[in-house]
Amino acid sequence: MRPGRALWIGVLLAPALATMLLFVVWPLLGAFADAFYSFRGLAPDRFAGLTNFQDVLFAEPWRSTALQALRHNLVVFATLLVAQNGLAFLIAFALLHALPLHRLHRVIVFLPVLLSAVIVGALWKLLLHPLFGAVNAALALLGIEGRPWLGDAQTALGSIMLANGWHWAGFPALLFLAAMQRIPREVFEAARMDGAGAFMILRQIVWPLVAQATTIIFTLTFIGSFNWFELPYLMAGLAGSPGGATDVLGLFFYRTAFGSVSSGLQDFGHGSALAVLMFVFLAASSAVALRFLRRREIEI
Amino acid sequence: MKRHTTTLRATIAATLFSLSTILPATAGELTFWTWRQEDRAAYTELFRDFTAANPGIKVNFEAFAPENYNTIASTALAGGKGGDVLQARAYGVLEQFAKTGYYRKLDQASVPELANLPAEALAAETLRADGAVYALPYASQTLGLFINKDVFEKAGLTPPTTWAELQSVGAALKAKGITPIANGTATAWMDEVFAGIFTAPMLGPDFVADILAGRATFEDKRFTGALAHLLELRDLMPQGYTGIDYPTSQQLFLSGRAAMFAGGSFEIANFRKQNPKLNMDFIAPVAMQQGQPRYVAKFFDGGYAVNAQSPNQEDAIKLVRYMGTKAYGDKFAALLGNISPIKGVEIADPLLAKVAQLNAVSIPYIMAVHFRFQSPTGSELLSAGLQKMFAGQATPEQVGADVTAGIATYFTPFQKKP
Repeated sequence: MRPGRALWIGVLLAPALATMLLFVVWPLLGAFADAFYSFRGLAPDRFAGLTNFQDVLFAEPWRSTALQALRHNLVVFATLLVAQNGLAFLIAFALLHALPLHRLHRVIVFLPVLLSAVIVGALWKLLLHPLFGAVNAALALLGIEGRPWLGDAQTALGSIMLANGWHWAGFPALLFLAAMQRIPREVFEAARMDGAGAFMILRQIVWPLVAQATTIIFTLTFIGSFNWFELPYLMAGLAGSPGGATDVLGLFFYRTAFGSVSSGLQDFGHGSALAVLMFVFLAASSAVALRFLRRREIEI
Repeated sequence: MKRHTTTLRATIAATLFSLSTILPATAGELTFWTWRQEDRAAYTELFRDFTAANPGIKVNFEAFAPENYNTIASTALAGGKGGDVLQARAYGVLEQFAKTGYYRKLDQASVPELANLPAEALAAETLRADGAVYALPYASQTLGLFINKDVFEKAGLTPPTTWAELQSVGAALKAKGITPIANGTATAWMDEVFAGIFTAPMLGPDFVADILAGRATFEDKRFTGALAHLLELRDLMPQGYTGIDYPTSQQLFLSGRAAMFAGGSFEIANFRKQNPKLNMDFIAPVAMQQGQPRYVAKFFDGGYAVNAQSPNQEDAIKLVRYMGTKAYGDKFAALLGNISPIKGVEIADPLLAKVAQLNAVSIPYIMAVHFRFQSPTGSELLSAGLQKMFAGQATPEQVGADVTAGIATYFTPFQKKP
């Protein structure tokens, strides 16, 4: 490579690299360091060893809140993995069959993915509103009494997951569809000649042959579920209302580190400890899951 | 290659321009940081008066989103940047900034106008550890009951003064298809406000004194009993109240669909802006029995602090001194619809004057004033507990126990209690 070209490539890469180091790596290292300090006001004061980690994991009220938030993240992950991605898989399979208006359906399915979380949150909050919401109005037409979906501990988390599914199902559907389209037509034809029905084809042929897409979707769902913040924040507030029923680790971290407007204080030490624990958990779990899922991938 | 060089130059120029926007103001120019974008016009007028009295000092108004203000301000101040004068929050958050050394200490030698402020206002902007004042208080807030006078008049009813009247008036309003109380419980911090309003007359100053002295905890029957009374209000709140958030509650009141709204005096200016035709009143919460004092809960909202790292200390102090004068307080109250704590301030607005009168029979908004200094704050604990209680997931006794246990992690008088 000519030295001039190498220099030019270096110049082109430098801004991105500098941005990455400045805005991603440096804050990450900063958060990691802050986790080991006690704070005097808003500045690190004394080295505190593992105290912040001990507090977050074992001392009340952090422990109960962290456990509750983690439990909700697990529920969100399991639900989105099965319901949102299962639906996406079925949508992709339907779109694969080039049914009438399938191009239009493909656009419709993917359209919500293009919307920002702020719009989706506001839209669903309005739809689920106990007084003015379309959902309760529709139920009333059927003679069913509506409820405060986001204000009821039994339904609040499910309602936000529903909004999330509406927002994101198009993305895994598109990934599944792309993977399905890579399967040679002959495989389907051979299966049909052998008398396999649609369910058999789906289970025995399509599912194993889209394993690569499944790995990606699983990983993204896992990371997305444990970093879940925008929708619960927009639809249920920083406190995870009602009474913590929608509290997740992302909200708990933000509340702890930065405080809430009218009731909380900034606590960078415990917030950073929480962030480090979340990072380690996500990185380790993703690595193990990837290793396991890669084993079942089949090259076409 | 020439094109590449041009691109590089453009990038460097853009970067330098971006950096210039975060550099401090030049001499003769001050920046004022706030979380209240909606107050821009009023402050522009107030700063025009300041510049007229102090030729050569111009003040630039810069507002940031309220939910991110503390984070933005602390990040800027940590880097030696930020406004020269900043709107500072009170109590615990003030302490965090002051303790870190971000705000300059104010005393009567540098700001003689501190003498114009009552002790309880200065206490809200004082770091308890060194007893020094770090911001000049700008407003007190009172929690009470907003009344839509037109709705009451149309219904042929008068606003309630006792708990029994509240129930009977509420039933009468409901019978006419009007929601008696606009508040829902979906916004956690507003639940603390709601409880602060209706429980103040039940608790009174003796309870506050007992709590601070460690003679009582929040498990005390006076407190849990008051919370139990709040549950009686569920019938008067909007349908699906657990899913009704703060903005919806405001709109229900503003539109006349609800007759009353439990809120703070900080709503007055906003309500007038949103519905200039609104015929409203602000009254003290109801007493349990006729003749008993109807205490309102009161707190101080924040103050004006000087950035300790500001290169324009002298001018910044001049601005804060101006903000401590009666002339400023008079105009502040008139333009912003808030009660300035500066002694002798004249309040021309009749509604605001009434609020000031109600302050004569007040108790501190207890969690904000006394238990927002360490985590978990009393406000966080109480609002979470109240949401559960209103949703039927916790009893008043459980809420009292959880609040006490949370505060006991740092408030020693509670630790002595079994």
